[in-house]
Amino acid sequence: MAKTLFDKIWDAHAVTEVTDGPTQLYIDRQFAHEVTSPQAFNGIRERGLGVMRPSKTTATPDHNIPTWNQNQPISDPISKFQVETLTKNCEEFGITLYGLGNKKNGIVHVVGPENGYTLPGMTIVCGDSHTSTHGAFGTIAFGIGTSEVEMVLASQCILQPRPKTMLINIDGELGDAVASKDVILYIISQLSTGGGTGHFVEFAGSAITSLSMEARMTLCNMSIEMGARGGLIAPDQTTFDYIEGREFAPKGEDWDKALAYWDTLKTDEDAEFDKVFNFDAADIEPMITYGTNPGMGVGITGSIPSLSDIDEAGQATFKKSMDYMGFQPGDQMVGKKIDFVFVGSCTNGRIEDLRTFCSFIKGKKKAEHVTAWIVPGSRQVEKQAREEGLIEILTEAGFVMRQPGCSACLAMNDDKIPAGKYSVSTSNRNFEGRQGPGARTLLASVLTAGAAAITGEVTDPRTMMESAEPALV
Amino acid sequence: MAIEKFSTVTSTCIPLPIENVDTDQIIPARFLKATTKEGFGDNLFRDWRYDEQDQPKSNFVLNDPTYSGQILVGGKNFGSGSSREHAAWAIAGYGIRVVVSSFFADIFKGNSLNNGVLPVQVSEEFLAKIFKAIEADPKTTITVDLPEQSITLDTTEDSEKFEINGYKKNCMLNGYDDIDYLLSNKDKIEEWEKTSFY
Repeated sequence: MAKTLFDKIWDAHAVTEVTDGPTQLYIDRQFAHEVTSPQAFNGIRERGLGVMRPSKTTATPDHNIPTWNQNQPISDPISKFQVETLTKNCEEFGITLYGLGNKKNGIVHVVGPENGYTLPGMTIVCGDSHTSTHGAFGTIAFGIGTSEVEMVLASQCILQPRPKTMLINIDGELGDAVASKDVILYIISQLSTGGGTGHFVEFAGSAITSLSMEARMTLCNMSIEMGARGGLIAPDQTTFDYIEGREFAPKGEDWDKALAYWDTLKTDEDAEFDKVFNFDAADIEPMITYGTNPGMGVGITGSIPSLSDIDEAGQATFKKSMDYMGFQPGDQMVGKKIDFVFVGSCTNGRIEDLRTFCSFIKGKKKAEHVTAWIVPGSRQVEKQAREEGLIEILTEAGFVMRQPGCSACLAMNDDKIPAGKYSVSTSNRNFEGRQGPGARTLLASVLTAGAAAITGEVTDPRTMMESAEPALV
Repeated sequence: MAIEKFSTVTSTCIPLPIENVDTDQIIPARFLKATTKEGFGDNLFRDWRYDEQDQPKSNFVLNDPTYSGQILVGGKNFGSGSSREHAAWAIAGYGIRVVVSSFFADIFKGNSLNNGVLPVQVSEEFLAKIFKAIEADPKTTITVDLPEQSITLDTTEDSEKFEINGYKKNCMLNGYDDIDYLLSNKDKIEEWEKTSFY
């Protein structure tokens, strides 16, 4: 029977099927961080169990660490204890840890791919919903709860109901300054924040295959924001070129074997999906969100819907959202004054994001009233940015690069947007309070964030570009 | 680690007729610094429940003495966003045993089941009926019967069936968790590993 790529990987990892229940799925790689793992380690300890396959879990603190003065002890004692608990747990159970200050430390979904841990055909989990990022390599990667982290530590397996499959096909060429971030914000705006629930998505089509790996990661990263269990893209030469030579990638004879296997990782021609959506790349313009979930987005030249555009059942929620954001239904987005810009996160904190941002702001000056936090996704990204001279470009334009971490994406550390302030953010969620209590988040691409940082208001990046060229990411 | 057994719950309800209630609202990130599962109930819906001076907001349902109970009724797409199981711990910690909605986010649903909190998915129509009944009489009780997989508005006897897979139902009824099951298959896991590419 013809199979989708998702079915092939899922079936290959099914240890057994529970009668009238979920699949027992083998997990090839687990990533762990300080926030969602301590209770799982406590659990196996209380049960008197060990970690079944310690070499298949890799840990790095990222959510709850400062992005300034990382060489000094963490000042918040509760955060410090949480980070130290991860260190202790990894030592006790023999798990590789890239701790604070380690040259491989960084956001878990940046660290995995850049070190060659993430490989096509794998099943990957982490106690973080943006684990879907790794789907860019043709993996089944999804976020899990802490009870499930405990399951994987104890048995290298997880019990999961089999999701349905969805194909999202995007053909055509992306327009000027349209990034994969805009593509995914567009898809979510069309399908809604729950439109993918219960499904695992495969992204395909010429607009997808032409994307770089970094751009594919941005796309798959936010598949959870449409409620999908995860999103994946069939591996191709772009994938193989990215992986080759990375530290934990297969080498020599193993590389050849891996390539032969990876070549089989594609959806069969006549395979059927439970749902199919087709989009035209030409319909997508730079996007920005105006509300309090990632589905509340419009093209940057567009306006917020008016109340009559919203179905009656959703009107109360829509009004609540507008009150929170301080916007009126029908408002134009361009020209809205902003206070903060955040470039970073597992969505847009990779080297290509920083390159794109720097090539855009080079020779320009940050608006004086804007506070900008530029946060690399990992120590390696930070190092590369330094080596490529990006720091100088940032400094000249009035920006400062901070140290790696999840930072203002979820504001667990001190990187909080003050109440009532507007933040154009390259992160993934614009929920109430996500970037700090009362903070108002407008999600956008790196280029749109760059444009806002320079003008101090929501700005169409296309109006500021010297040469019309597609965005890198 | 056994979870609390679940059979039948009859209770008044806490209505939260808002759509897309995400896990950042259920428990904001700054409260995720604990290394145990206890105490999250105190910060359930923290920023909807308390103002910047940590004073209760009188217009939020958890601060309204009219409403209480073990059943939380939410708008559609309940539990979207972050995978934080702390959201389920906060709900369980507050004393809620059932969350009713017309649609749940996947990860939240799994996390709830793993903590003895039953997510009950009903039709849009039935959800509207529940909200209306609670609005008309806050003392309205609902009975959630897991063995029968039914949810009933006790005053009118309006009832609907809900779905749960047989395995999870059995776990909830008996207080089993998944690790016991997984480890009982250790030989199968090791057998599988022999065929693994990685």
